[in-house]
Amino acid sequence: MREDVADVLIIGAGASGAVMAWSLAETKMRIVCLEQGPLMNPLAYPSTTRAWEARTQDDFATNPNVRKLPQDYPINEENSPIKIANFNGVGGGTILYAGHFPRFHPSDFRVKSLDGVADDWPIDYATLAPFYAENERITGVSGMNGDPAYPRDNAERTPALPLGLAGDTLAKGFNSLGWHWWPSDTAIITEEHDGRAPCINLGACGAGCAQGAKGSSDVTYWPHALRAGVELRTRCRVREITVGNDGMATGAIYYDGDGKEQEIKAHVVIMACNGIGTPRLLLNSKSSLFPNGLANSSDQVGRNLMFHPYSWTCGVFEDEQDGFAGPHKLIRSQEFYETDQSRGYVRGYTLEIQRGMPPVRTAHTALRLGMVPWGEDHHDAFRRLFKRTTGMVAVCEDLPEAHNRVTLDEHLKDSDGIPAPKIDYTLSDNSRNMLDHGIARSTEILKAAGAYEVYSEAPIPYGGWHLMGTARMGKDPANSVVNEWGRAHDVKNLFIVDGSIFVTSAGVNPTNTIQALALYVADQMKSRLANLFD
Amino acid sequence: MSNLALSDKERETLAALANAVIPDSKKFNVPGAGDPAIVAEIENDAERQMPDISKYLNEVENLAENFGAPFSHLNLTERLSVVEAFRSNHPVAAGKFGNIVVQCYYRDDRVMTSLGMELRAPHPKGYEVAAGDWSLLEPVRRRKSFYRPTD
Repeated sequence: MREDVADVLIIGAGASGAVMAWSLAETKMRIVCLEQGPLMNPLAYPSTTRAWEARTQDDFATNPNVRKLPQDYPINEENSPIKIANFNGVGGGTILYAGHFPRFHPSDFRVKSLDGVADDWPIDYATLAPFYAENERITGVSGMNGDPAYPRDNAERTPALPLGLAGDTLAKGFNSLGWHWWPSDTAIITEEHDGRAPCINLGACGAGCAQGAKGSSDVTYWPHALRAGVELRTRCRVREITVGNDGMATGAIYYDGDGKEQEIKAHVVIMACNGIGTPRLLLNSKSSLFPNGLANSSDQVGRNLMFHPYSWTCGVFEDEQDGFAGPHKLIRSQEFYETDQSRGYVRGYTLEIQRGMPPVRTAHTALRLGMVPWGEDHHDAFRRLFKRTTGMVAVCEDLPEAHNRVTLDEHLKDSDGIPAPKIDYTLSDNSRNMLDHGIARSTEILKAAGAYEVYSEAPIPYGGWHLMGTARMGKDPANSVVNEWGRAHDVKNLFIVDGSIFVTSAGVNPTNTIQALALYVADQMKSRLANLFD
Repeated sequence: MSNLALSDKERETLAALANAVIPDSKKFNVPGAGDPAIVAEIENDAERQMPDISKYLNEVENLAENFGAPFSHLNLTERLSVVEAFRSNHPVAAGKFGNIVVQCYYRDDRVMTSLGMELRAPHPKGYEVAAGDWSLLEPVRRRKSFYRPTD
């Protein structure tokens, strides 16, 4: 049988894997991407059916332990107050993300220098700025130039998403307090872009966009990468990365859609499996040369797991708001983004407006928080809330802590028998104080906007959307896993490009930065092809 | 059609328990969640989301035995007492059951009509959302840059 050999093997077809496939395609190398999930069919997304909300609790749930699809792997998350959100399929987590697409700030790359905590990144904002711009151009981003909370960028944007009734209501609240707000940079196009139609306000962004207006990577990068000749193999789950006697990666062993073991050889291996999947695979790739897992001489693989702890605060209004129609994201505030020690914590958060909720989500949330009872009073209580709530989340910067980590569970395995990840995570005092501050300020805003009742929750239990830090980048091989351009210190033909290489988390959604970093790493690889392994 | 294969008795308990979550309302002209069409939906969704539902329905019946009759035959006060005990003994299961009930209830045509909702999926028609008052942004536009310098 002929050996299966790729020049470049990419593991994972989500946000960053798609970017790598697209960017490296111009080299004309043989590129193969293995993805454990399927290629998605937007016409089968929940919003095309009447029972669409029920499916967000089932096959489109954000938590893999709830979803339990054949392509999902279980996660032991009992020892974490924040549960994991992910999606396994072409597009990865971008299938379910809300599309909030902000950049990091310059200060986010200089945390140690500015605030004396965590570490500085080995790269800075100026290095990533052109890659942010390229990523936004390819993905298609709506928003508005001129935000005083950011450096000028003059990025290409389609017009901002509609404010709607909820936006008007909350903007008045922010204005009455003199606090910053700005239309969100959102990967949801409001005008035709790259052959994709604009948003029609389905209000189901979190369950896949049937319209194709949301920039999930299956509709942005992948069509171009496939046309350029990249080979995408779906329903292929990698068990381990193989290594040679020289310590270089030689490829991967995986299970195909029939559960049959396969091996592919590769000259370069790129990991794009997210902040849980990447450390899991590295730790599962033990060998005599790498007894503690691949690329783990620093013992940093799996450590420093960062989420963004989220608080959620919701106001009830006399007047009708938007309900669920329209994208969830519309405006954000970075009034409390940068460090002010007098607040009782370092670093900060973004306030991200959540427009409103559809009926089932209204009822689920209200039942959980005791806002709607079982029995006789259900109807009045529900109708007091439905279409009359709007609110916001505080996306809090999480700082890296070595004890917050991903390891391998001793007993739990996926359907192919591969050891599953185990999460150990505790919320720091800094995060707790930041969450409390976020709730207090959100409550002020909602009351100023006219809310007569306010509810809150923190941390959002099923809010582990952003998975970062578990194979961090740095110049020192003693305390980082990859170097400043994404190459593993220990294995010179192994690259990591997902959120696991983040040094710190910032207080904004990470996808734009994950993809900009991937573009940057791909650019570094292309410019060093002659001596990539030196 | 669900493959849960509930017995008639279990289905009767399910309907009565669903009605305890959301009873009918003359005021809003809506059925209770124990309506047969909604119960069929609950069975369908429970197949994947709460496959062990029979266990909890039997538990409800065990609690009802204290009053000497099946749960669906109890008077309101007795039912409420059973429901309270069930929720207290099995808070996670009760929460999951409540979630399944509401996700099936709030897609029933009669209920959606009563809420003023169109009887259709979001796609492909979508919805209208007002552009909003962008003049509200003026005070923020006038603000000086305030991102933190790094030099």
